[in-house]
Amino acid sequence: MHTTFLLNGRQVTADTSPTTTLLDWLREDQHLTGTKEGCNEGDCGACSVIVTDDSGARALNACILFLPQIEGKAIRTVEGIAAADGTLHPIQKAMVKHHGSQCGFCTPGFITTMACAHLNGATDHDTQLAGNLCRCTGYAPIIRAAKEAETAPIPDHMHDARFLLTKNTTGHAPQERGAEPPTTPDALATWLDQNPDGTLIAGATDVGLWVTKQFRELGPVAFLNRIPDLAGVTITDTEIRIGATTTLSALHSAIATHYPAFAELIRRYGSVQVRNAATIGGNIANGSPIGDGSPALIALGASLHLRSVDGARSLPLEDFFVDYGKQDRAKNEFVEAITIPRAGDHLRCYKLSKRFDQDISAVCGCFWIEVADGVVTAARLAFGGMAGTPKRAAGAEAALVGNPWSETTVAAAMTALSQDFTPLSDMRASASYRMEAAQNMLLRAWLEDQGQMIDVLQVTA
Amino acid sequence: MSVAKPLPHDAAHLHVTGAARYVDDMPTPTGTLHLAFGLSTSASGSITALDLNAVRDAPGVVAVLTASDLPFANDVSPSAHDEPLLATEAVHYMGQPVFAVIAETHLQARFAARQARIEFVETTPIFSIEEALAADSRFEDGPRIYERGDAAGALDAAENTLSGSLHIGGQEHFYLEGQAALALPGEDGDMHVISSTQHPTEIQHKVADAIGLPMHAVRVETRRMGGGFGGKESQGNALAVACAVAARLTGRPCKMRYDRDDDMIVTGKRHDFRIDYDVGFDDEGHITALDVRHFTRCGWALDLSLPVADRAMLHADNGYWLPDVRIESHRLRTNTQSATAFRGFGGPQGMLGMERIVDHVAAELGHDPLVVRQKNFYASGGHISGTMKAQTTPYGQPVTDFILDGLVEQLRARSDYDARRTAIAEWNAANPVLKKGIALTPVKFGISFTLTHLNQAGALVHVYADGSIHLNHGGTEMGQGLFQKVAQVAASRFGVPLKAIKITATDTAKVPNTSATAASSGSDLNGMAVKAACDTIRDRMAEYLAQLHQCRPDAVKFEEGRVQAGKADYSFAEVAALIHQARISLSATGFYKTPDIEWDRIKGQGRPFFYFAYGAAVSEVVVDTLTGENRILRADILHDAGASLNPALDIGQVEGGYVQGAGWLTTEELVWDDQGRLRTHAPSTYKIPACADRPPVFNVALWEGENRADTIYKSKAVGEPPLMLGISAFLALSDAVSACGPTFPDLHAPATAEAVLAAIHRARDV
Repeated sequence: MHTTFLLNGRQVTADTSPTTTLLDWLREDQHLTGTKEGCNEGDCGACSVIVTDDSGARALNACILFLPQIEGKAIRTVEGIAAADGTLHPIQKAMVKHHGSQCGFCTPGFITTMACAHLNGATDHDTQLAGNLCRCTGYAPIIRAAKEAETAPIPDHMHDARFLLTKNTTGHAPQERGAEPPTTPDALATWLDQNPDGTLIAGATDVGLWVTKQFRELGPVAFLNRIPDLAGVTITDTEIRIGATTTLSALHSAIATHYPAFAELIRRYGSVQVRNAATIGGNIANGSPIGDGSPALIALGASLHLRSVDGARSLPLEDFFVDYGKQDRAKNEFVEAITIPRAGDHLRCYKLSKRFDQDISAVCGCFWIEVADGVVTAARLAFGGMAGTPKRAAGAEAALVGNPWSETTVAAAMTALSQDFTPLSDMRASASYRMEAAQNMLLRAWLEDQGQMIDVLQVTA
Repeated sequence: MSVAKPLPHDAAHLHVTGAARYVDDMPTPTGTLHLAFGLSTSASGSITALDLNAVRDAPGVVAVLTASDLPFANDVSPSAHDEPLLATEAVHYMGQPVFAVIAETHLQARFAARQARIEFVETTPIFSIEEALAADSRFEDGPRIYERGDAAGALDAAENTLSGSLHIGGQEHFYLEGQAALALPGEDGDMHVISSTQHPTEIQHKVADAIGLPMHAVRVETRRMGGGFGGKESQGNALAVACAVAARLTGRPCKMRYDRDDDMIVTGKRHDFRIDYDVGFDDEGHITALDVRHFTRCGWALDLSLPVADRAMLHADNGYWLPDVRIESHRLRTNTQSATAFRGFGGPQGMLGMERIVDHVAAELGHDPLVVRQKNFYASGGHISGTMKAQTTPYGQPVTDFILDGLVEQLRARSDYDARRTAIAEWNAANPVLKKGIALTPVKFGISFTLTHLNQAGALVHVYADGSIHLNHGGTEMGQGLFQKVAQVAASRFGVPLKAIKITATDTAKVPNTSATAASSGSDLNGMAVKAACDTIRDRMAEYLAQLHQCRPDAVKFEEGRVQAGKADYSFAEVAALIHQARISLSATGFYKTPDIEWDRIKGQGRPFFYFAYGAAVSEVVVDTLTGENRILRADILHDAGASLNPALDIGQVEGGYVQGAGWLTTEELVWDDQGRLRTHAPSTYKIPACADRPPVFNVALWEGENRADTIYKSKAVGEPPLMLGISAFLALSDAVSACGPTFPDLHAPATAEAVLAAIHRARDV
């Protein structure tokens, strides 16, 4: 398969299998060894590259980025951050000056992520760099460097958008055996109907690992990055409609003012690199019991829209999750969109993980609790990590609704919660801890409502 | 002089441009093959059937090696010859290499390695410390015991006693660059190995044994590692040996790098410990008796576990005078990865045990733990006069360089410890859900390899006729900045700018018989060896010029790139050319051995350490009493690097060490399932600190003072000691938990949110 894109300002065409990763191609084929493999699963950031398209420049993990995903885009690796004459980028200068590298192995990934943030004017450095692990420095000098470079001008060569290939030069098909890649939802429906065992690839933050870690044969694949109608967020007076291939980053921006608790949850979902790739449709469709998107969306009362050649259908998101590994989706159906009703904001999201940033939740509790005249009038309590699917706590909800919003009622809901779930023990948490933390999240919601300080992330020395 | 300057890492400009090359980045010759290991899926048992047909039939496979295919030694152990490269019949942990695939590409090798069908007869595995004790599964015949006085009698006589137990988890190194090696076959069986290793000489030795040749036939080269932390002291042996054997077999270059999951599943980690204690103390908080038991989980093979467990014992006192003390150490054999070296090498565990004990004593008495710490400090070495003998450690070494009293007082003031402790108590009274805690903990860390003969180093220095200088020594660069520090020494000896010095890859063909770059010894040993080599050449130059210009040799000055002899003034390059024309050698080796150390590890008596490095940290934290979630809010550190060779690099070690140490004791949890399978084998499940986990307020300073021992420019080793500053974060969490209730919380490490919540329950138990 051929993929044409810009590499450090130069047009290139790669001829690879559809599941060759950009990282392998850079290192093995191009001998551009600055981009490192640290984990090969998108968790360390050593392979970060800058990818620019019409929507802007963003950092992505090259280790779980398949070449067809970058068709027509511009890639900048660490080798393309300094100017052609060797003049260091302000980020590079600052990293040298502030001793931001020790062993140097994570450094190229930091440089590209930092240069991308610099290009985008982002100064929330801890968030921007949550997906880059460093084992030597303790990060302090890296942040000093990032701060120092904030105001430095962007070197001219970093503006890749100007050089983007025009659409018609990339009109050839990044698909094997001459098949046209789907570019409309209808075409995708047809493709999926013809390839019911095919794999849809959007951000590849999960499917990438099937390839790099499990060596799974994917069979026929369809890349969704060329179906514009599947992406994007539409906000009306009554609802927010989120296209399936909307990235978590795009979703974050779109809902930040409407549902800040969801936005904060997304801020802690994966890392910048992961959120720039991962799509909300993928997060839902893979049915994981520990994905963070679904509990929040269920609490928001979201509906899921599925599509196939047989037509479209919608269902409450919570009904999509039938059992562990089993979703209410026919083999020829795909997730087209999700809609959230707009009705004030009564959402709270609590994510519990060993590490605050870039960690999978042990428990994710998302609560929509409406209170009128001191009485709970509606409650949707959705949890991840507590069952084989993202799931509502029916008993705890019943204990809340119709009762005074009080510590006594919350205590009753906490008791009821113990009947709602039978969580598992695993490497993230024990069953008993999961249950206790989930119960305490209900208490936290009440305490937060009483004005208590409940968030360790808000505390300073 | 370039020493003492805060210069950047020598490769910083290469790091930031992606031009710094690691093993996997080296351009390889055409025809290079790639290896991967097939791993045991049983933790304990014997292989009864090994079906490799699907492996051999997999795409790109050139050959598959099992133990019976190995031509010579099947051993990659650094110590006891108990660690076969490939399992013979018995398997001892889940993840043990059973066979090696040689394939055309890395991906093909990895894919093929998963296609085997292995059948086992399983035997009952031993995983936990408790299971090992019950089965008496151990290394050495029985526990090792170091003692002084009569701990049992002193406990009986003590005004107060208490007992406790602390579990301390292990730690994955998580060097960002995984293990890697490349073997290039040469003429006549010679082998050139490029390895990501802290110990090129050991790689050379193991490879030579594995291919049946003397060490002179094997050359090992290491330019840099992408992190080591002890994890590349012995754990690179398997890859280098496998590549060399495969290269010998195929006649083609062979490369191997572990995928991250394989790296974490195959290689050893920091030892986990259980520490039990009985302590006696008076009402003032003076510790009068201590009986402490270390239970060390060593894994399946010996590796470096004996010196690790020894070093834990040697740090069981940390900075405290213990009149009657008994330290007992059990080295337990389990069906898990063979635990190995990790920054601190047992010292952190021993030290954490003691710091926990002091906290427990303070809690019992209702005192500020800092006050109890200060009461028990060794007498200051500064006050030792002829009439007053220095206090000695439990193993009999006089503590003559003690500075923790002054250092801690200074840190206490700088960090505003007392006022903050009061403010935290007030904050906690006003906040029912969140609780803050604070702790100041000291570090006293012994510097030298406890295996005395390892305390030696060599160097090779060439001055070329144009005045440029080629520098080589036995130390390896893993990010710590050793090469730059040593280059600063060389530049200072010759009085030339740093750019005159060419730093070169560690190479067993240039400097032989080296020790591992470990035990924080890199700059102490190699700096001195390089100084000796440089001085040899400089003395030859000075002698010649002195004769030429009728002055004394010691009056010849080497400064700022110039050389002055009498009234003559030369550039350094002119002198180099002159000396060459005079047919005087411009090349020299240098050698150094640490003086004044001797140690009997069986008796537990002697002077194992040349000196001690010190430091202290104050950490402030907050915990959520509903979930146990916690954050470090601020850290203040004062660390002793002696007269620093490079303050910028040293502060880098201190900041990084603190965060790594805090990670060990908080989020970094290793979890095995009941089959012995490591479940935390990737960064998705094993959580080292991320950017936002560093303390948002992070004040780090170096103690002003020079080493009292005669080290290179009076500097001190700085690699390992700062890791133990992270203990303050753990004890600050314990302090915060203590604000939840009256009972000592017995917080265990790592203090994950779950562990903190469990401790909160204990604190609330009345």
